[in-house]
Amino acid sequence: MNWIAVSSIYKFEMTRFFRTITQSFVSPVLSTSLYFVVFGAAIGSRIQEVEGISYGAFIVPGLIMLSVITQSISNASFGIYFPKFIGTVFELLSAPVNFIEIVLGYVGAAATKALFIGVIILATAFFFVDITIQHPVWMVVFLVLTCVSFSLFGFIIGIWAGNFEQLQLVPLLIITPLVFLGGSFYSISMLPPVWQVISHFNPVVYLISGFRWSFFGAADVPILTSLFAIAGFTALCLAVIWWIFRTGWRIRQ
Amino acid sequence: MPDIVEIHDLRKAYSDGFEALKGVTLNIKKGEILALLGPNGAGKTTLISTVCGITTATGGSVKVGGHDTVLDYRAARSMIGLVPQEINLEPFETVMSTVRFSRGLFGKPKNAAALEKILKQLSLWDKKDTQIRALSGGMKRRVLIAKALAHDPRVLFLDEPTAGVDVELRRDMWEIVAELKADGVTIILTTHYIEEAEAIADRIGVIAHGELLLVEDKDKLMARMGKKQLTVQLSKPIDALPASLTSDTLALSPDGESLIYTYDTRAERTGITKLLSDVAAAGLVLTDIETSQSSLEDIFVDLVKEGAV
Repeated sequence: MNWIAVSSIYKFEMTRFFRTITQSFVSPVLSTSLYFVVFGAAIGSRIQEVEGISYGAFIVPGLIMLSVITQSISNASFGIYFPKFIGTVFELLSAPVNFIEIVLGYVGAAATKALFIGVIILATAFFFVDITIQHPVWMVVFLVLTCVSFSLFGFIIGIWAGNFEQLQLVPLLIITPLVFLGGSFYSISMLPPVWQVISHFNPVVYLISGFRWSFFGAADVPILTSLFAIAGFTALCLAVIWWIFRTGWRIRQ
Repeated sequence: MPDIVEIHDLRKAYSDGFEALKGVTLNIKKGEILALLGPNGAGKTTLISTVCGITTATGGSVKVGGHDTVLDYRAARSMIGLVPQEINLEPFETVMSTVRFSRGLFGKPKNAAALEKILKQLSLWDKKDTQIRALSGGMKRRVLIAKALAHDPRVLFLDEPTAGVDVELRRDMWEIVAELKADGVTIILTTHYIEEAEAIADRIGVIAHGELLLVEDKDKLMARMGKKQLTVQLSKPIDALPASLTSDTLALSPDGESLIYTYDTRAERTGITKLLSDVAAAGLVLTDIETSQSSLEDIFVDLVKEGAV
């Protein structure tokens, strides 16, 4: 393994993040605060408890997941798309590195950034609602796995994208609806039976459910199912990336 | 000198059927400067990209320092530095950070002294903390070279390094190339500027339509294919060559004001003495005489036009 190369890519990407640290920090704090004000205080106060949890606290895991998933995808997709766009990708392709090292560097950095945002949102949440984390270790496991798996997915989007419009297309048209319809702001059990069945085809349901379980001990789907779902998604993304580098699809002529 | 780069029957065909490389075989000696000449679309950049791993070959093999670029790509690529044709740099990075990144990418540990030496050699040291976007085009080209040299490569590919730069910077580049050669770096450069190849290359390769037309020692090529011409200015224009002067190597200029005699300097006799006496005998009065030697550019144009040696 070329660990120096991995570390170089990682540091290079993190430098980009810290260069815009103010907006990286302020933006999630502000948007999360707004969510808590609107859904937690204004609307949430008129909503009954969900599964014995106040609505303001109930949406915390969903809000974290919403930001972590979108941040993972956007950071990872931009991270690899930008070198493609400005042409510096030649350096990666001509360097003595394999696909695992490239992925470790880019995806590692994107996942770290998303994790950072997730922690900030969690910290912000403590200012607005009373929450206790029943399974802190599992909370970290779910958070890290989500950051990694969706960063892998974002990496694929970054390689696939041929322009900035395409870069936004999948997160905007697929991921955001999936996250919103994945139980970020409600429990699946609150839906009519037909929609409950349909929701089980939404992979994000399993992530949010597992993550919420780590907070409150209550979940829409069994915890093991959530773990298998996220592990399967990670494995699928890795397989696709392996295939991309093996064939050079959209990256090597 | 042993061969440091061995390219054997290298082929590259695209999905639309276009053959960018049609079986290129080329050996490059350690420590030499090889200039690859060719018109646009000849396959120069494809050849470099394929050797460096940016493009996947559809046939043939490449070895760098004895390492196959596919089977043993880590060892092969570690020896290669590449300066691309386009100025591809992240605009918001500083000079030092982008050069440091390149070194790390090739698995080399931090070495501030080595990077300082490279940046000083390229007159970039005082710009080390400047963002790339604030640099001039010439400076950006130097940064590209610095990045390519950051991991101490033994083989450096320069893909049209002086394209679009002013004469002064071009000459600076030539000096840099000469210094690298003195350090033992093997240099392969593609260029449109024939004078560049003429000035700094040890050997010349001519590529057209994906085929290597020739590779030859520059001086030998110039001597073998270079023509020398003697131009005799006449005091009065003439309509046709006098019968006594008719020869395959003598021609009348279109305006009839001068005679153009082509000869070989390596021949036992150039025929100049006889020509001048024949001209005098024919009653022609001379006003001036000048000689000229065909440049590498003339040779290159002839070769590409013929399509074969």
